Amino acid sequence: MVIGGILVITRKNAVHSALALIVALLAQASLYLMLYAPFVAGVQIILYAGGIMVLFLFVIMLVSIERSMKERQFNSQWVVGTIAAVALGGLFIAVYAKGKNTFPEHALSVVEDTNTQEVAKLLYGQYMFAFEIASLLLLVAIIGAVVMAKKRI
Amino acid sequence: MESMLHITTLHYLVLGAALFLLGVIGVLTRRNVVIVLMSIELILNAVNLNLVAFSRMWGGLHGQVFAIFVITDAAAEAAVGLGILIAFFRNKETVNIDEVNLLKW
Repeated sequence: MVIGGILVITRKNAVHSALALIVALLAQASLYLMLYAPFVAGVQIILYAGGIMVLFLFVIMLVSIERSMKERQFNSQWVVGTIAAVALGGLFIAVYAKGKNTFPEHALSVVEDTNTQEVAKLLYGQYMFAFEIASLLLLVAIIGAVVMAKKRI
Repeated sequence: MESMLHITTLHYLVLGAALFLLGVIGVLTRRNVVIVLMSIELILNAVNLNLVAFSRMWGGLHGQVFAIFVITDAAAEAAVGLGILIAFFRNKETVNIDEVNLLKW
């Protein structure tokens, strides 16, 4: 997955980056399966790798980028950006090294095969309001995307 | 088999942090707008990994529900972002971020 991530940010061709991101998303779905979250893994494969990345590929094909493949590919401020990101990485390492003892060694035994039912109980019970808000958000996003991409409003 | 490495929560967190850093580097250093948007998706995935790892550690499923909401939100944001990109490309015929400087003083 890290290799997929590195390939996303370093490829010149945007289609290669999109394919590397699909690989990274599928690897992440398998990590979710390792974490005993099969429902989130299924949602990730169907929605993320199967919906969002297809949308990205459509837009890449629509926006003709043969010309942008011959230009420089890194920003004019890549030195500052890399230094800032490395500083952030140093911060992460410091936080994780300091709080290493707060994580329990042995994982809990939550092995069960009713994961989807439990997630549904939480989603439709306690988080019902957030569920409705998320559907409203998707509606607004659809309207916004259609208005943005129209030729004449 | 006693020297088998247990994959603790910390390993997942470090992987999430590494993906987050890769996404941040991608957002800050690339010129192509589409790759910047894909790096934002990488960042959101790293956050999701953190959430689900903590949900496993504590036993409750709240982290997984939150991760589902984050995926939904990422879909909406990707759609709107790509719509803006298409509208921008129709005006200027380039996918360079460096040329988005009409508001520059």
